[in-house]
Amino acid sequence: MITAEQKPIQEIMEYVRPYSRILLVGCNECVTVCAAGGRKEVGLLSSALQMAFMQEGKVLDVKEMTLERQCDPEYVEELAGSINQVEAVLSMACGCGVQEVARRFKEKPVYPALNTKFMGASERQGVWAERCQGCGDCVLGLTGGICPIARCSKRLLNGPCGGSSHGKCEINPDVDCAWQLIWDRLKALGLEKRYEDIAPAKDWRASRDGGPRRIIREDLAS
Amino acid sequence: MKTFEPVIVAFCCHYCAYTAADMAGSMRRCYPSNIRIIRVPCSGKVDAIHMMKAFQKGADGVYVAGCLEGDCHFKNGNTQAARRVAYVKRLLDEIGIGGERLEMITMSAGMGERFASTASDFTEKIRRLGPNPIKGLKKAEAV
Ligand code: SF4
Ligand code: SF4
Repeated sequence: MITAEQKPIQEIMEYVRPYSRILLVGCNECVTVCAAGGRKEVGLLSSALQMAFMQEGKVLDVKEMTLERQCDPEYVEELAGSINQVEAVLSMACGCGVQEVARRFKEKPVYPALNTKFMGASERQGVWAERCQGCGDCVLGLTGGICPIARCSKRLLNGPCGGSSHGKCEINPDVDCAWQLIWDRLKALGLEKRYEDIAPAKDWRASRDGGPRRIIREDLAS
Repeated sequence: MKTFEPVIVAFCCHYCAYTAADMAGSMRRCYPSNIRIIRVPCSGKVDAIHMMKAFQKGADGVYVAGCLEGDCHFKNGNTQAARRVAYVKRLLDEIGIGGERLEMITMSAGMGERFASTASDFTEKIRRLGPNPIKGLKKAEAV
């Protein structure tokens, strides 16, 4: 999922300060699961903003809505009926959702309430960790199912580096060395030999280095 | 000058604090009438939004009363409630309401005396802090 965290309330207040009527829009997908921008968080932020501004003598009208997905035009369209009643939109979706709302309603300022972080998995209740950087040419099949791009601090394709110590990465003793994990996993699978294969330089054009990316499915595209 | 009478919302778990309040009653033990008790099936059922809404609607103080550690009827509802209270306290600090207006309290069903004394102590504490800063200001409600 895409993970995110709420921005500091003071920063959000600065965005909202010029307005007295806003639409606060959550998203039912990833940001609900990582407890950053679902219906619950919309309610909490709305309540917090209203109380904070009341102390400055200002009444902030907040219309709360949570869409099934903010990154799909079909759902963003549901805001059409309310958009004219507000001066600005505060979005609690990931950056993709914020941009879809901005794309559909060109005349309304749209602000992000979250900092979008990474594509990750939940390690346990309340803890999320980075797992994939969307490199566009997945190598998990060669690395025992552990991503060296997202999980090795140096993105090494032939690791580990000399900084790997007792299974931990040199950047921080709390961070597992991805290449230790890869080796352990290959060993557990009886695939140690695969470790001997030298991975050639990766074609980063499939990643962000090739510019903004897009997928076109001819069979589906309209 | 008229003394300030705070409005206090107490979310009380059915299995401990709510029963303790009953117990205080049958012991004829007085506690301040400032306390508005809301019975909940478990302190873990009290969501952050319930605490926030209580303040938004004008409560001067709020507390969540759950079972003693290790005694939750639903295993760990009380520890979850305590973590949620800590989270909302920080949020209240950030928005200028003041986290000290919110507390987590634990007790058992038999502690009528403790129920009454915490109710009095908390009321006194809030009385000293004064009214919720948004009280009396024009109310804004989510549409
Ligand atoms: S190799 Fe690329 S696509 Fe595969 S998990 Fe890592 S970053 Fe994601
Ligand atoms: S210690 Fe391991 S994870 Fe850290 S940079 Fe070196 S190889 Fe990568």
